[in-house]
Amino acid sequence: MSPRPADVEVGTELPEQISRVTRADLVRYAGASGDFNVIHWNERVAREVGLPGVIAHGMLTAGLAVRAVTAWAGDPGAVVEYQVRFSRPVVVPDDDLGAELTVRGRVAALLEDGRVRVDLTVISGGEKVLSLARAVVALG
Amino acid sequence: MTLDAGLVGRSYPPSAVYEVGREKIAEFATALADPDPVHRDPAAARAAGHPDVIAPPTFAIVLSLGAADVVVEDPEVGLDYSRVVHGEQRFTHHRPIRAGDRLVATATIDAVKTVAGNDMLTTRVDLATEDGEPVCTTRSMLVARGTA
Repeated sequence: MSPRPADVEVGTELPEQISRVTRADLVRYAGASGDFNVIHWNERVAREVGLPGVIAHGMLTAGLAVRAVTAWAGDPGAVVEYQVRFSRPVVVPDDDLGAELTVRGRVAALLEDGRVRVDLTVISGGEKVLSLARAVVALG
Repeated sequence: MTLDAGLVGRSYPPSAVYEVGREKIAEFATALADPDPVHRDPAAARAAGHPDVIAPPTFAIVLSLGAADVVVEDPEVGLDYSRVVHGEQRFTHHRPIRAGDRLVATATIDAVKTVAGNDMLTTRVDLATEDGEPVCTTRSMLVARGTA
């Protein structure tokens, strides 16, 4: 059941979402998005350019994070604005577990016309990987 | 090198038409492990009030990445792509992207600045139908580390 504007106030928390990202997920996202930058699949090149290892596409992290919003809103078409700032890479180890992403969201502002702003906190390896992640959602 | 402030406002010719397919939307949703049927099932999308399956909110990156290449490759911009990282990304949806859309992407340089020796270039990509209906505006900020 989608939240209605009247049900929502500043501070309303979204259900926490935990995702896992494996190397296989990076390959799948590379193909789907067309972003074949080698740092997302080649350990040797990633280390040569000074990274700790293969890292996730920033837009994969952003795309997974906004699912917490679309699942809560009940309609992916309700997201009218989405903005992220990348602060730390998500390092994806070469194992079956991959990296864990924890996404928490809270309503930060009530806007006009039944719109609300949701601010997300996205954590991997104990660190915030997005220094800013916010969505404007049209409810109801 | 430091980016030239005179580049702000420079616009590039519109892209070829990109036709949004149901299978591409489903593939993108699967890559985000997104189970929502509005990305796969036209009947579910219609029941939710959409004319056809709709794309996830970050799908526009598929078009805007390619459209922004004209800026990165512009020799007068002179960005050192080997040192570039994605700093920020923003999507403004005028309506959801949906299967059957025939979209044209137009790239414009929105902002350039240099902070602490890093060049920052913001490219705006306007996505519209070939008939001119605005669909999505994306803004991508790229950082070229230590080039200025």
